Amino acid sequence: MTEFIIERANYWAIIALMMVGLYIIFASQNLIKRLVGLSIFQTSVFLFYITLSKIAGGSAPILYGRDYPKSYGDDHSAAPGYDAVLAAGEVGVKEVYSNPLPHVLILTAIVVGVSTLAVGLALVVRIRESYGTIEADEVRDIDMGVAAAEEDEDAAQRASA
Amino acid sequence: MIELFLTLAPDWALRHAAPLLVVIPMMCAPLCVFIPSGRIAWFISILASALSLFMALLLLAQVQTVPGGQISYELGGWEPPLGIEFAVDALNATILLLVAAFGVLAVVFSWPTVAAEVRAEKRAMFYGAYLVCFTGLAGVAITGDAFNMFVFLEISSIATYVLVALGASRDRRALPAAFNYLVMGTIGATFFVIGVGFLYAATGTLNMADIATRLPELEGSRTVQAAFAFIIVGLGLKAAMWPLHQWLPNAYAYSPSFVVVFLSATATKVALYALIRFLFTVFSPEFAFEGASFGMLFMPLGIAAMVVCSFQAVFQTDVRRTLAYSSVAQVGYMLLGLSLGTAIGLSAGLLHLVNHALMKGALFMAVAGVVLTYQGTTLRDFAGLGRSAPWTMTAFAIAALSLIGVPLTAGFQSKFALLVAVQDQGLWWAALLIVFASVLAVIYMGRIMEAVFFKPPHNPQKIHKEAPITILVPLWILALANLYFGIDASFPIGLADSAASAVLGGGS
Amino acid sequence: MTEDHHVILRVVAKLLIPLITLYAFYVHFHGEYSPGGGFQAGVIFAVAIILYSLIFGVPAALRAVPPVFARCLAAFGVLLYAGVGVAALLGGGNYLDYDALANDGPGEHVGQHLGIILIELGVLFGVAGSMLAIFYAFAGRVAEIRDEDW
Repeated sequence: MTEFIIERANYWAIIALMMVGLYIIFASQNLIKRLVGLSIFQTSVFLFYITLSKIAGGSAPILYGRDYPKSYGDDHSAAPGYDAVLAAGEVGVKEVYSNPLPHVLILTAIVVGVSTLAVGLALVVRIRESYGTIEADEVRDIDMGVAAAEEDEDAAQRASA
Repeated sequence: MIELFLTLAPDWALRHAAPLLVVIPMMCAPLCVFIPSGRIAWFISILASALSLFMALLLLAQVQTVPGGQISYELGGWEPPLGIEFAVDALNATILLLVAAFGVLAVVFSWPTVAAEVRAEKRAMFYGAYLVCFTGLAGVAITGDAFNMFVFLEISSIATYVLVALGASRDRRALPAAFNYLVMGTIGATFFVIGVGFLYAATGTLNMADIATRLPELEGSRTVQAAFAFIIVGLGLKAAMWPLHQWLPNAYAYSPSFVVVFLSATATKVALYALIRFLFTVFSPEFAFEGASFGMLFMPLGIAAMVVCSFQAVFQTDVRRTLAYSSVAQVGYMLLGLSLGTAIGLSAGLLHLVNHALMKGALFMAVAGVVLTYQGTTLRDFAGLGRSAPWTMTAFAIAALSLIGVPLTAGFQSKFALLVAVQDQGLWWAALLIVFASVLAVIYMGRIMEAVFFKPPHNPQKIHKEAPITILVPLWILALANLYFGIDASFPIGLADSAASAVLGGGS
Repeated sequence: MTEDHHVILRVVAKLLIPLITLYAFYVHFHGEYSPGGGFQAGVIFAVAIILYSLIFGVPAALRAVPPVFARCLAAFGVLLYAGVGVAALLGGGNYLDYDALANDGPGEHVGQHLGIILIELGVLFGVAGSMLAIFYAFAGRVAEIRDEDW
C-alpha cells in the first residue's frame, strides 16, 4: 500500500495541486485570488504532461555521448547530419532520452496560460477602475443595487404617466 | 456547378485552400495593429473574411468531388501522424462554411455598431481581435491534431474575452461577464487538455485519426475513459452544454453588438463541432462507456437545457438575455439530436446547428439595430418599434417565427427532422418535450413580438428611425435565408446528411 | 541628483542591459542546434528593457521604447512567422515547408536552417513585443494607490 502511494508521488502532487487550484477558484471571492487559483490549476496540468514524458534514466533530449560522436567536431557545418548517420546503418539512438514532445506541447500551453493570465489581470484592473472593488460578491451587489434603482425609477415614471 | 467552380478557381488556391483559410485572417490581424484608422481595418477584415469564405467554398466543393470525401494537408511537409495535419471532411467543410459566411455577414454589418460602441483609437485593434478570433475558430474546425485544436480553441477564446470586455463602454457589467467567461473558459480548455494528455499517454499519438485507429485495442482502459470524461466536460463548457452554460447569458447580454452576432452564430457551434468530432470520430459510439453516456448524459442534459432554459428565457426582461437563454436551449436540441447516435439524429442536430446560426444571427442583428438607434435592450425599449422601424422588425419577426418553428421557416425544417429522428427511436416522450419547449419559445418570443407590434411606444417622442443600410442588408439576407431554407431545405439537409454519414461511416 | 542613492544600481544596470540584450541574441542564434530559441530569447530581450524601466523609471523606458513600437514589434513577429510559411507556399512546398525556401542539393539543409532561424526570429519579435506591451499596459497606468499608502 505504501509503495502504491509512494510510486505515484508525482500523480498525488498533481492531483493535490489541481484540487487546490479548483478550490481557490470556487471558494474565493477575490478576483486576483481566483486568477492565482486558475494558474495553480493550469500548472498542475503542465506537471502532468512533463511527468508523462519522463523515462527512467533518460536525459534531456539532446544528442550526447555515443549518439554524438567526436567526429562531429566543433565545426557544425562539416558534421554529418543525423540522417547521414542513420543512412550509414546506425539505426536508432543508443542513449536513453526523455520524450521531447510533451515539453514542446507544454511550452505552448504555458504561453496560452500566460496570455490568459494577462487578459484576466487586465480585466481585473478595469473592474477595479469602474467598480472600485475586486471582490466578486461586492461587484454583484453593486450591479443588483443599480438594477433595483433603475426598476424603482421606472415604476415611478409609470405611476406618474 | 461545383465542377465549374472548381475549374474556375486558380490552381494554388485549390492546392492550399486549407492553410490559406486560416492563414489569411491570421496575417491580416497583425496588419490591423499597424493601421491607425478603424475604417481601413474594417475593409481589411471584410477582405480577409471574404477570402476565407472563398477558401471554405473551395474546400466544400473539393470534399464533395474528391473520392472518399476527405482532404488532408500536411503542414510543413511533415507526414501525419508525426506532423500536424489539416483534415477536412464533409462535417468540417460545413462548419467552416458556416463560420466564414457568418464572418463576412457580421463584419459587413459591424461598422455602424462598432463606430457607436467602441472608442475611435481602439477600433483597428478591435478588428484585429476579431480576426484572431476568426482564425482560432476556423483553426479548431480544420485541424486534425488534438493538441493543435486546444491551441486554436484558446486563441479564439482569449480573443473572445477581449471582445466581450470591450462592451464595457456601453455597460460596465461586460467586465465581470468577461472575467467569468475567462475563468470558466480556461477551466474548460484545461479540462480538455488534461483529456488530450490522457489520450496521448494511452495511445502515444496526437493525430485524431491515428488515435481513433488505436483506441479499439484499448477497450476498457481506464485512462481512455478518464480522457473521455475530461474532454466531454471541457468541450461541454465551451459549447454551453447545460448546466455548464452559466458564463453565456451575461457574456452575450453585455458584449458589443457585433461580437454577440458573430459569437452566437459561430463560437458555441465550433465547440459543438469539436464535441461531435471527439464523440464520433476519435471515440466511437460502439465503446460501451460512450454508448452509455449518450442515453444517460447527453439526452437528459439536452432535454433539461431545452425545457429549463426556455423557462428561464420566459422570465427575462432584457431581450438579449432572452435570446441568450434561448441559445442554450437550442444547444439542448442539438445535443438531443446527436445523443440518439443514429445518422438521422446527428443529421437533424447538425441541421439545427446551421439553422440556429441563421436565426440567432438575424435576431441579434435586429437587436443591434435597435441598440444603435434607441440605446436599449429591455422589453420596454422594444415597445412600439414595429411602427417606427418596420423593416428591422419584420426581419426580426421572420427570424423569431423561425426560432419558434413555424412551418415554411428554416426552424420548422430542423425541428421536424429532430422529431422524426426522435420518433424513429420510439422516444415519444422526448418528442412531446420538444413540442413543449417550442410552446415555451412561442411564449418568450411572443412577449417580445407583442411589445414590438401591439404596444404603444414607451416613449412617444421616439422618431421614426430605421437601422442603417449596412445593418439592414445582412439582416435581410439572413431573414430571407430563413424563409428560403424553410421552403427548400435541400441544400442544408444535403450538407447535414453528408456530414453525418461521413462521421458515422468514416469513424469505424 | 545629489540625493540619488540608486547610483550603484544605475551603473550596474547600464553595464548589464547591453549584455542581456546580447545574450538574448546568443540564445536565439544558438537555439537552432542547442537548447534555446526565439521564445526564451524574446523573454530575455524584454527583460532587458523591463530592467531599464525598473531602474530608470517607466517614463524613461516609454521614451526609449514607446508602447507603439512594442505593439508593432509583436505584430511584425507574427507577420514574419506567417510570412515564412507563405514564402514556402510560393516556393512550391506546403505551408511552412522549410525545404521549399532554398534550392537544396541532396544532403543539404540550407532551407531548414533558414526556415527555423527566420521562424524563431518571428517568435523572438512576437514574444519580446507582447511581453513589453503587457508590462507597459500594467506599469504605464497611473497608480490609484500611492506607494506611501501601502
